[in-house]
Amino acid sequence: MATAATAPQDGISDTPEAVVVRFAGDSGDGMQLTGGQFTLSTALAGNDLATFPDFPAEIRAPTGTLFGVSAFQINFGSREINTAGDAPDVLVAMNPAALKVNISALKPGGLVIADTGAFTKRNLDKAHYDSNPLEDGSLAKFDLLAFDISEKTIEAVKPYGLGNKDALRSKNMWTLGLALWLFDRDRAPIHEWLKQKFRRNPDIADANIAALDAGHAYGETAELSGPIKQLHMPPVLSEPGLYRTVTGAEAVSLGLVAGAQLAKLPMFFGGYPITPASAILHHLARLKEFGVTTFQAEDEIAAICAAIGASYAGSLGVTSSSGPGIALKTEAMGLAIMTELPLVIVNSQRGGPSTGLPTKTEQSDLYQAVYGRNGDAPMPVIAARSPSDSFECAIEACRIAVQYMTPVMLLTDGYIANAAEPWKVPDPETFAPFPVSFADADSLGLAGEGEVDAAGAGSKGDASQAVVQPYARDEKGARPWIRPGTPGLMHRIGGIEKAQGTGHIDYSPDNHQAMTDARRDKVLGVDRPDQEIALGEPGGTLAVVGWGSTYGPILQAVRRSIAKGRKVAHIHVRHIWPLPANLGELLRGFDHVLVPEMNTGQFKTVLRDQYLIDARPLTKTSGQPFQIAELEAAIGKYFDGIEGNEGGEVPANDQQLPNTGILA
Amino acid sequence: MNDMTPITTTLKDWETDQEVRWCPGCGDYAILKAVQRTLPQLGCDPKNTVFVSGIGCSSRFPYYIESYGFHTIHGRAPAVATGIKLANPALDIWLVTGDGDGLSIGGNHMMHVLRRNVNMQIMLFNNEIYGLTKGQASPTSREGTRSPSTPLGSYDHPAKPAAFALGSGARFVARGFDVSKKLPEVLIAAHAHNGAAFIEIFQNCIVYNKDVFDDFAAPKGAEDRQLWLEDGQPMLFADGTKGLALDTVNLALTVVDVVDGDWQAAGVVVHDVRNRSLAHMLVEMPFGPFPMALGVLYDHPRPTFEDAVVAERAQASEGKQPDLAKLLATGQTWTVDGTAADPV
Repeated sequence: MATAATAPQDGISDTPEAVVVRFAGDSGDGMQLTGGQFTLSTALAGNDLATFPDFPAEIRAPTGTLFGVSAFQINFGSREINTAGDAPDVLVAMNPAALKVNISALKPGGLVIADTGAFTKRNLDKAHYDSNPLEDGSLAKFDLLAFDISEKTIEAVKPYGLGNKDALRSKNMWTLGLALWLFDRDRAPIHEWLKQKFRRNPDIADANIAALDAGHAYGETAELSGPIKQLHMPPVLSEPGLYRTVTGAEAVSLGLVAGAQLAKLPMFFGGYPITPASAILHHLARLKEFGVTTFQAEDEIAAICAAIGASYAGSLGVTSSSGPGIALKTEAMGLAIMTELPLVIVNSQRGGPSTGLPTKTEQSDLYQAVYGRNGDAPMPVIAARSPSDSFECAIEACRIAVQYMTPVMLLTDGYIANAAEPWKVPDPETFAPFPVSFADADSLGLAGEGEVDAAGAGSKGDASQAVVQPYARDEKGARPWIRPGTPGLMHRIGGIEKAQGTGHIDYSPDNHQAMTDARRDKVLGVDRPDQEIALGEPGGTLAVVGWGSTYGPILQAVRRSIAKGRKVAHIHVRHIWPLPANLGELLRGFDHVLVPEMNTGQFKTVLRDQYLIDARPLTKTSGQPFQIAELEAAIGKYFDGIEGNEGGEVPANDQQLPNTGILA
Repeated sequence: MNDMTPITTTLKDWETDQEVRWCPGCGDYAILKAVQRTLPQLGCDPKNTVFVSGIGCSSRFPYYIESYGFHTIHGRAPAVATGIKLANPALDIWLVTGDGDGLSIGGNHMMHVLRRNVNMQIMLFNNEIYGLTKGQASPTSREGTRSPSTPLGSYDHPAKPAAFALGSGARFVARGFDVSKKLPEVLIAAHAHNGAAFIEIFQNCIVYNKDVFDDFAAPKGAEDRQLWLEDGQPMLFADGTKGLALDTVNLALTVVDVVDGDWQAAGVVVHDVRNRSLAHMLVEMPFGPFPMALGVLYDHPRPTFEDAVVAERAQASEGKQPDLAKLLATGQTWTVDGTAADPV
């Protein structure tokens, strides 16, 4: 990473270990597509990478406006990459608004590539520029490469007879071509992709390929003087195998499919459109051959209720949403807890409360996940740390749900859902299956004639008639999963308190106490691995404890701090509830515990409550992920000899993605 | 799939060992008996039958039927039932709800289960009051209803369950009442309908809204105030002395006298359960000037939601093997060899 202590700080003229590039343009400029294809070429070149797509909440914001700016950041390198990068080394600005919104983030000495063709009076006005920044010297501290990309694109696609408006649509491909040259990338996979994408319209495919090639040729042949020269980033030494890129939403979907297969169950997914969770519904809707039924319900409540109904009938019920939608599902989660039916609830967190920041990331639903229900309503919660980690977490959520007959919440966030990273494609043969066996009369000991169950004594009629015990418990505390349609096991369940064993309505004090305890103990007994230390040694000065998508920046910040000789360790918690059995002991071994979170300190509260330790919060609620430098600075405060300056709030950073909010 | 062969059962086979907890004299008892009497007639198999309910007095129903049962949460039974049906379309689903559960807190789900046409029997017990919460006015309470929440009389306009159902796209709409001997016939017709079958069952809440339906449900003079509809038969009541004809000027139904049984001369309309326009007139017909229309008001099946879901899944899966390894490796991939120097 160019911002690493060991990396050069002056632009990209030397070969750094990592480079951060940000493509920014108008919503209509195709920046996400450009970024996505650049990501692919980066992956194919063998570099490790992380991306951060940032798009406006508006679907078609007015052209050229500040709030219509769409950006895509990628951090790639010849070593392991864990974050989308703090500050970009290269900014591609397709119009004045894109420059205005993003320029403050660029590293001093960084490279600006700008399309002069879009810096018209009208566009400058829309971006509230009094003078043209490409000409007025205000970009002096950066390297500037400004030329008329629009005109060059029109020229390149001229042979294909497109009008100017259509021709300009290929501007992003021209720019991508230049970027491919800059980083010594192969164009062939992008050619293939364009041919495939426009297979019904070969002229458009050819025009885009021509634009791409022209951008590439421009880099190769034009007299690009000054600091601009081609950079070859050597491939990272990653584990041998087959790789692809994956976003969190894709990985969750794939993990759910894998989880259902490992459980040998059909999957039923109930969803309702909501940002940023809808992508999971979209992915699963195309996977019907895997026994997946997707149901777009009339609302969030119906989505979870239908999933509960499907679980009752013997499918693996899954629902997914984001904070406000999860809030609507709350009562139904209680029903799943009470009836003890398996269910996976995916929460792609976003900024809240209420509608909050639909397209921005936050980790502020932890209280909601762990505590946010009426009654004593325990539910396992696990949190994914990265796009690829979401795959394993989704499988883990399915396993816990079916083995313990319980709803499970899987927390991701807007950043994880949308960001992409390379993923070593796992071999399904290596997954441990957890096949479900539904109860039948045999398994419940009800098949033989005249068998008497103790609970049958109180029932009406023939005393020899054995009673179905849907709330009998196995050694894990889980009840049998009895599908309707099973002969001889008719029974009734519901949200009302049930008698132990029979499940009949029972309000008696002893019974409610016993059932409350049983539900709690079952969840507290969920089999989960001991907590490991992600980086560092046990028993040092400081444990930095994270969960969810803060994994990358914390890991890098701790790595740098250790390199400076500080006794710091990174502990990253996946199992949020119940917590790993050894976590308390592990944390008590450190002098200090710091918990960085993109909320006001929610996991910190859970740790304090569970272990009575003085966990300190480091919070950030600007809708922006932590930067490595911010975390490194916060860690440094434990080693600066100054008392009482530890922890606290990281202020909003107007030089960081996403920063469109400050313009509103 | 479940074995759906009709089986032989008796009323006793459908009784559970649970003590029934409705108030003495509640209309729910009569409905329970009517259902338990009807299920054997239909050849239903307890193991393939699921009663799903929401919250309220009516929603205790599943506990008293010896089948599979799911007592869900307030208003959400249609959504839970939809999930059950999609997961196992072979199950025979009976949904039990009330006027508050089905039309107030669960109105949205009711609308969507009807318009999607998920195959199930939906019994809405309409007692025009919230019983379980001790007598507040409900969305079907008549204007002026005095209740703990409306001590000076309610002023919101009541919803009409059958009109709501038809407006939501229901393809089967029927009416009956708790103590009616004809209720089983209505239930049988609902069960025969392939799709969402909506049955409004007027039910007497003996504690909070006693005898509110006596105007038409009381045995004395019932023939003058009840119009039992039969497909293909003239819409006659009052022992055949009155009927419903079409007022072609106002495009509405009108009550006409029938002299000497000559209903044709009086212009009495023949009931056609497939006529949606007629159904709209029947559900809007105000009781008082008109008799209460009972029986099957509308019955015109169309393809069900679960059939479409199953067909789509089959079509989308055709010729495809669910190969997880292949799925995981979808998209553009690359391999890293031992040295990682040479990406492919």
